[in-house]
Amino acid sequence: MTVLSEDVLKEIVSVRKKYPEATGAVMPALYIVQREFGYLSFDAYEVVSNALNLPRTIVKGVGTFYAMYRHEPAGRNLIQLCTNVSCMILGAERLVDFLKNKYGLEPGGTTTDKRFSLMIMECIGACGTAPAMLVNDDLHENLSEKSIEDILEKYK
Amino acid sequence: MLLKNIDNPDSADINVYKNSGGYSSLLKALELQPKDIIEEVQKSGLKGRGGAGFPVAMKWSFAAADPKFPKYLLCNADEGEPGTFKDKIILEKNPHLLIEGMIISGYALGAECGYIYLRGEYPKSRDILNKAIAQAYDDKFLGNNILGKNKKFHLSVHFGAGAYICGEETALIESIEGDRGQPRIKPPFPVNAGVWAKPTVINNVETLSNLPYILEIGGEAYSKIGTPECPGPKLYCVSGHVQKPGVYELPMGTTLREIIFTHCGGIKDNGKLKAVIPGGITTPILPPDKIDCPMDFASMPKYGSMLGSGAVIVMDETVCLVKVCWRALKFLEHESCGKCTPCREGTGWLRKILERIENGNGSQEDIGLLLSISSNMMGKTFCPLGEGAASIIQNFIKHFRPEFEDHINKKKCSVRI
Ligand code: SF4
Ligand code: FES
Repeated sequence: MTVLSEDVLKEIVSVRKKYPEATGAVMPALYIVQREFGYLSFDAYEVVSNALNLPRTIVKGVGTFYAMYRHEPAGRNLIQLCTNVSCMILGAERLVDFLKNKYGLEPGGTTTDKRFSLMIMECIGACGTAPAMLVNDDLHENLSEKSIEDILEKYK
Repeated sequence: MLLKNIDNPDSADINVYKNSGGYSSLLKALELQPKDIIEEVQKSGLKGRGGAGFPVAMKWSFAAADPKFPKYLLCNADEGEPGTFKDKIILEKNPHLLIEGMIISGYALGAECGYIYLRGEYPKSRDILNKAIAQAYDDKFLGNNILGKNKKFHLSVHFGAGAYICGEETALIESIEGDRGQPRIKPPFPVNAGVWAKPTVINNVETLSNLPYILEIGGEAYSKIGTPECPGPKLYCVSGHVQKPGVYELPMGTTLREIIFTHCGGIKDNGKLKAVIPGGITTPILPPDKIDCPMDFASMPKYGSMLGSGAVIVMDETVCLVKVCWRALKFLEHESCGKCTPCREGTGWLRKILERIENGNGSQEDIGLLLSISSNMMGKTFCPLGEGAASIIQNFIKHFRPEFEDHINKKKCSVRI
């Protein structure tokens, strides 16, 4: 059974204070737990429901609805590449192929060395500098095969 | 006005904001009665910038008139419409403008608590906003006793987790309440029963960011900018095949031609314009002969489209429109919340047909099938997402039918990007 550290519990309690009802804190609390453990396990729902004193079904319902909660461990670096229209017309699909060929990285997959995971995104709000991707929390824009290679070098 | 100072690398800092006159409109507002502020907004003619173009003062007066307490102010910062990136520039470069706008609106509405519903794809904006909010608390613009004037407003960021549908007002409310973001049936409208069943006003980032400026120059003067029906400045964000993509602040009603050819320097690499999606991918696509349309809420429908979020996607002749249509449907299928059958099933079905046409396996009946499925979805979905999907199909086929036919006849794509 997963146990949350004192600090994490405190963080959840402080987030709880921002909302008149405990349910408001479910999404932020799930983010906190995901940050701690890398993804949301079955246990994660249990600890959040205990911390907020809410039924587990509610917590799990939220955790499974939203695309950015992960249910499997990701690699050390998460690549979120957009292939929506503005990015697509400027060549995002070639980048997907490139990641596949060069790193063996399939959409939704993780490299064998666990260095990268890839998620295909539906617009990350960088359409004016398309194609674009997030690596962890960093935004990279105007991508090309060449630049993607240089960028990924920095993430070990 | 909205993009003032953004070239300053420290524009997100409270001191830079204050030095350029920031937070003086809040001071002004606190000297007024809430109803006078609403009156000023009424005079300005400000319409919501999130897509629907609803008059802001009207929305506010419904909520202000509701005796239930507490009331809430939500900022919709979930701009998830592909092509749209205009709010991000405010969130990251001018966050105090939004915060000031929200405090003023909160005071006008009698709301003491606000949330900025920020999309999960903007981690950097979250950090910048959190820092800006902390600065505003330190300077007593937020808190229990704003500037010693016995007024209260608390603000925090609610970070979304990747669901386009949460940009829809009632789904956004569900999401703040910690539920799955699925739209609610209306009525009751959020202005009467929103978050935790309390009166709630939801305005877009850009809308709220207009408030300081309206108070600064007065509603009357503001109403002279742009067009009489849709006054004010507008952020247009342009992507795709133009020389200079980006966010442009221009008077409401600037024509699409002017945006593309004057401000964005025309088509990239001397290409030829093939089509424009004027307001984010769910707004009806326009062929080149329609680009003289003024980009505002009132004019666009006359040209068969909508202003939407003001997100212009420009496509040159290298673009396969069947493929663009397919990608848009793939997006909507992915984002359909699943609540109603016409949308849940329809988006997937349409996507599959487009996929086979694009791949050269389409049959002669397919165009008719696309049209009939989409017309069966029209008016039968619970929220605008499903209807948006249907309208994409109908408009692509209306303007670019030969391209669909060509795919089917030749059993391949002749323009493949
Ligand atoms: S139209 Fe689509 S997104 Fe809207 S409620 Fe129905 S299923 Fe959900
Ligand atoms: S379409 Fe790729 S970032 Fe918007």
